[in-house]
Amino acid sequence: MGDKMTLQAKIMWSAVVVLGAISFAVVALTRGEPVNAAWLVVAAVCIYFISYRFYALFITGKVFGVDPKRITPAYRHNDGLDYVPTNRFVLFGHHFAAIAGAGPLVGPVLAAQMGYLPGTLWILAGVVFAGAVQDMTVLFLSTRRDGKSLGDMIRSEMGPVAGGIAGIGILLICIIVLAVLALVVVSALKGSPWGTFTVFCTIPIALIMGVYSRFIRPGRIGEMSLIGAVLLLAALVYGRTVSETPALAAWFNFSGETLALVIIGYGFVASVLPVWLLLAPRDYLSTFLKVGTILLLTIGVIIVHPDLQMPALTRFIDGTGPVWAGSIFPFLFITIACGSVSGWHALIASGTTPKMIENESQIRFIGYGGMLMESLVAIMAMIAASVIHPGVYFAMNSAAGVIGTDPGHAAQVITSWGFAVTPDMLTQVAHDVGETSIMSRTGGAPTLAVGMASILSGFLGGSALTGIWYHFAILFEALFILTTVDAGTRVCRFMIQDLIGNVIPAFKATESWANNIVGSALACCLWGYFLYQGVIDPLGGIWTMWPLFGTANQMLAAIALILCTVVLFKMKRERLAWVTIVPTVWLVLCTVTAGVEKVFSPEPAVGFIAHAMRFGDAAAAGRILAPAKTLHEMSRIIFNDYLDAGLAGLFATIVVTMVIYGILDARKALGNSKNTTAEIAGAMAGAGDD
Amino acid sequence: MTETIRTRTRLVCEMAVQTARLMVGIPDYDTYVAHRQVNHPNTPIMTYKEFFRERQEARYAVGKGRFRGCC
Repeated sequence: MGDKMTLQAKIMWSAVVVLGAISFAVVALTRGEPVNAAWLVVAAVCIYFISYRFYALFITGKVFGVDPKRITPAYRHNDGLDYVPTNRFVLFGHHFAAIAGAGPLVGPVLAAQMGYLPGTLWILAGVVFAGAVQDMTVLFLSTRRDGKSLGDMIRSEMGPVAGGIAGIGILLICIIVLAVLALVVVSALKGSPWGTFTVFCTIPIALIMGVYSRFIRPGRIGEMSLIGAVLLLAALVYGRTVSETPALAAWFNFSGETLALVIIGYGFVASVLPVWLLLAPRDYLSTFLKVGTILLLTIGVIIVHPDLQMPALTRFIDGTGPVWAGSIFPFLFITIACGSVSGWHALIASGTTPKMIENESQIRFIGYGGMLMESLVAIMAMIAASVIHPGVYFAMNSAAGVIGTDPGHAAQVITSWGFAVTPDMLTQVAHDVGETSIMSRTGGAPTLAVGMASILSGFLGGSALTGIWYHFAILFEALFILTTVDAGTRVCRFMIQDLIGNVIPAFKATESWANNIVGSALACCLWGYFLYQGVIDPLGGIWTMWPLFGTANQMLAAIALILCTVVLFKMKRERLAWVTIVPTVWLVLCTVTAGVEKVFSPEPAVGFIAHAMRFGDAAAAGRILAPAKTLHEMSRIIFNDYLDAGLAGLFATIVVTMVIYGILDARKALGNSKNTTAEIAGAMAGAGDD
Repeated sequence: MTETIRTRTRLVCEMAVQTARLMVGIPDYDTYVAHRQVNHPNTPIMTYKEFFRERQEARYAVGKGRFRGCC
């Protein structure tokens, strides 16, 4: 904070602090009566401004010592293509579009089972001290290393072994992410002809757009996106007709298993086809739709400013909730990953953005500011999940194995939890959004869609359009999740080819068609296995898979933050390295505890081994436990339990190993009196400049 | 006065279009052409069509390890 604040600025910032404190007090302390969503938004935005102005500035100024005179990779390697000095507002948009996705939308919805307060507190504290710090630090490191990727930086700063371990972690997180995201889509579409029809329509629409931009009007992104948007809207509206015409609806009414197989097959085809035909046009459509819808939701929340129906805290803070198992610590902190802190962002902040940054002084705006925006999206998702009736929320997010499939029984179970709800309410909500049932639609997306529909129809179209808005929200999530699945399968394929290529060198040639097909099939099988396992899981899949995904994501964040800490030590800034050490310690605690509990907890709902043993004992006695119907299914459940336990254990082991490497590297750096980082251009000049 | 407002509006619109294009991985073509003309005169410059295709391939290039879309 080298610059002196004027009196005017001091008054203004004091006002922001007071406003933020009042709003925060209202959100945190009100009990018994509904809190208006506006308080939540105002509190969040004030906290964002204060942390951006003071904490982020302290980090870039004192901890990093950013040098506005230092030449950035965008200028050093300017080629007009990858490396281009780009206006900071334009780059901010690019960076935000790259980090925003399904994560910040789904996590908070699931976390709402404990009430809106625990999740909100973690979103705010997490982003200010962990998430935004991680994004910004990785962006800073990559900018000083010619835009190197996270994996490359770990290799060059921490050695090849640490790099290899991190590489395995990255492949695992990719697989789990794809499986969980696809599972969200399957849960949203099963038994929903309207949704399924609309999402299926995106394939021919993308093909039309692809051909248009390839041959008819090459490179006209605006025109093709407009055509796509109009067709998409038509599909959305016509979807209602499809769902109301039994003969047509039968064509688009699928079980979860069928949908899973269709998506796996689709992922394979999309990964093998040329990108311009299917992947790219869908990506364009989904990117614009994503950014547009997020804006619309934000405007909607501000205009409608609904009351939050969900209590601040529910009885499920004790860890017995039906949406996911486990207590607040550590499981809340892995349930909300994106929006607070996401390891995935470390991959993006070391991707294309550092190659386009004009000046080091803009790292704060793009890295820290971009993540604050993402966090605001998470707050919006939390609001959307909290404006619907808590009884409806639990009906949507509890698996059929918990509440049954009959509205009467479900209402009875949920009312017994203390959230009074009638069967009529459940059928009425389903009717309003144009579905036959909304029960056990786990995965967060449908809940978010109901919340968004109630907010958006509140200021655009009224209740007549609730069904359209609901399916619009489903479409928007499915579209960008499937784009991630396409692109992710390609990335997985490359990583697998690289890994196997170490043994069979011929497999590395990415141009070969045979390699392409084998690699894509392997990638699809890997995530497809977990997807299918999640779909047939009677507890709804999300119950099992989301904690695994959260652990993997936070594991990657911990790895990225360990790298950041090591580099700060190497830069001889160890006295200020607490800015990354504090979030690292927290994430390591969360991921390792979660990993260990997932493996060893004696509670079958939490621990995989305990669950496997319960089923194993029953099988040995010849008994069959629900949900399994045959002994064969029993043994499959047991096998999957051990597999999941192995994964959770592996995640914890990777984190611990990286911590050991990090400590060793930091100690080595302490013993050296010189700056020992591998910065490019002016590394040594940067030492001792403060 | 109206002139400056008009120029500013045009500037903002241009930036919005640039942002939208960069979001899907297509950087500014004019910037590319200007860069080639200044720094690599007398070498071939890609047409917009070629430029678009090159960037589209690069965005999804397997082997560059690009990641997008948060989790």
